[in-house]
Amino acid sequence: MSSIEELKSLATQVRRDVLRMVHAVNSGHPGGSLGCTDFFVALFNVIMDHDPKNFTMDGVGQDIFFLSNGHLSPVWYSVLAHSGYFPIKELCTFRKLNSRLQGHPATAEHLPGIRIASGSLGQGLSVGIGAAIAKKLNKDDKLVYTLHGDGELQEGQIWEAAMFASAKKIDNLISTIDYNGKQIDGPTEKINSLGNLKLKFSAFDWDVLEMNGNDIEEVIQTLKIAKAHTGKGKPVVIIMKTEMGFGVDFMMGTHKWHGVAPNDEQLAKALAQLPETIGDY
Amino acid sequence: MKTYTPSDQKDTRSGFGEGLYELGKRNPNVVALCADLTGSMKMDAFAAEFPDRFIQVGIAEANMIGIAAGLTIGGKIPFTGTFANFSTGRVYDQIRQSVAYSNKNVKICASHAGLTLGEDGATHQILEDIGLMKMLPNMIVINTCDFNQTKAATIAIADHIGPVYLRFGRPKVPNFTPKDQKFKIGKAIILNEGKDVSIFATGHLVWKAIEAGYILAEKGIDAEIINIHTIKPLDKNAVIQSAIKTKCVVTAEEHQMNGGLGDSIAQLLSRELPTPIEMVAVNDKFGESGTPEELMIKYELDTINIVEAALKSISRKS
Repeated sequence: MSSIEELKSLATQVRRDVLRMVHAVNSGHPGGSLGCTDFFVALFNVIMDHDPKNFTMDGVGQDIFFLSNGHLSPVWYSVLAHSGYFPIKELCTFRKLNSRLQGHPATAEHLPGIRIASGSLGQGLSVGIGAAIAKKLNKDDKLVYTLHGDGELQEGQIWEAAMFASAKKIDNLISTIDYNGKQIDGPTEKINSLGNLKLKFSAFDWDVLEMNGNDIEEVIQTLKIAKAHTGKGKPVVIIMKTEMGFGVDFMMGTHKWHGVAPNDEQLAKALAQLPETIGDY
Repeated sequence: MKTYTPSDQKDTRSGFGEGLYELGKRNPNVVALCADLTGSMKMDAFAAEFPDRFIQVGIAEANMIGIAAGLTIGGKIPFTGTFANFSTGRVYDQIRQSVAYSNKNVKICASHAGLTLGEDGATHQILEDIGLMKMLPNMIVINTCDFNQTKAATIAIADHIGPVYLRFGRPKVPNFTPKDQKFKIGKAIILNEGKDVSIFATGHLVWKAIEAGYILAEKGIDAEIINIHTIKPLDKNAVIQSAIKTKCVVTAEEHQMNGGLGDSIAQLLSRELPTPIEMVAVNDKFGESGTPEELMIKYELDTINIVEAALKSISRKS
């Protein structure tokens, strides 16, 4: 998987998967998943050095990823499946009884690709730092990636971790913030404004990059720059501007689709905007 | 009544510090984390000898638990160190999601548990930590009684794959368990075989149970005294076998009655062998400032309270 056209085609299929998964169980979080689809597709298909067919919990010798905002599980599961971590057809079990695809990512069911439970927000940066320290102790030069919601940054633990990561020079870590400006109750600006996020991370002594998360070429380019910035004594953060609900016109420009599944009619309308490419699960 | 002679008076936290240092020498995967209490936790020797494997997190316990969970993913065996209050209640959701539910190999080591923390007062004297931790699936809960046992337990838990909560304390207490006694998780230790009443004690109350045993012996009462160092998994067989023999029970712990050892034993016996039970524990109160000795008397966790509980339990036998 390398050409931009192929990646875009995969992204369209992943967005279809996300919508169909949440529709099937009338629950889940489509908005952020759609907004971050291009990021996931780029990260897992172009950027990360990983071996989906041989998943190991310790991830030694591989890049590893942690989803701190665990409610984006639909997009992660779809991308994991399309990368070869587990059968694509298993996506139909999402959020159902006895499934490995729990509502929020979990390890108890041993789904390949998942290394820790997430969902209760604010914990993934600390976990990523721990995994990054373990890589250093193991003399493993591969990287740790984390993704966080912007609303999630209201959790205090994030800033405990942000302070620690620069103080201890955790420079094998690339964290990305899904900066879509929306959370369940409304615009982040109104709920509890993040203020100048770039300045905040700069003040915490992180190496700060920015990108448009819905332009897959820019995502790839920026992630490559981020990789080049590792190993220089600072943790790297990418403030990724995205549109919640990207790819479906009526799901964009509102926080309404953060955690609501489309009904039959809405699903049909949404899928019409995202024609099947690789094939539905 | 078997006589126990302490070799010396030592704090259990120093047993943790020595055990951790031993582990550092033995196992290169052991990593220690501390939230600005290295001296109080007696982690200085490990920190000095193994600086690359010692992570000073600062006053950020939630971050410490998350980092510990992340370290396990790379095959490390992290031991976190801070006071029991900050090891549990303050970071409950981090432990629940990133450690217990994710079943990570984190050893949560907690000092200054209970009233014997003393003068700092109720803000720091957690009496709910055993309950908080034992409710979490996958979590092992241990409360050691003296220096030697704490050292042995610290070393032993490194060999158990999965989350462990290890609780110990601040004051110097009689050090009486054999120096070479191997620590087996979940295996109760019978300190005195008796026939009249079973006293199940944990942590600092184990020594007080022994002292109570001497007093009861003078009254002609033959108490069976059992050290329940592992509250979860509970040694059910040891509890039931003893209760079958004595037909009445006392539990003793430096913890709230709600959620503690007594509650675990009562749950077991009420289901499998209904038996009169009296509990020596803090009864739904916060502590306060004072010396450890004063507090143990005021909150009725002293030797005499175990004696009285034993007499009452015996009187309730049918």
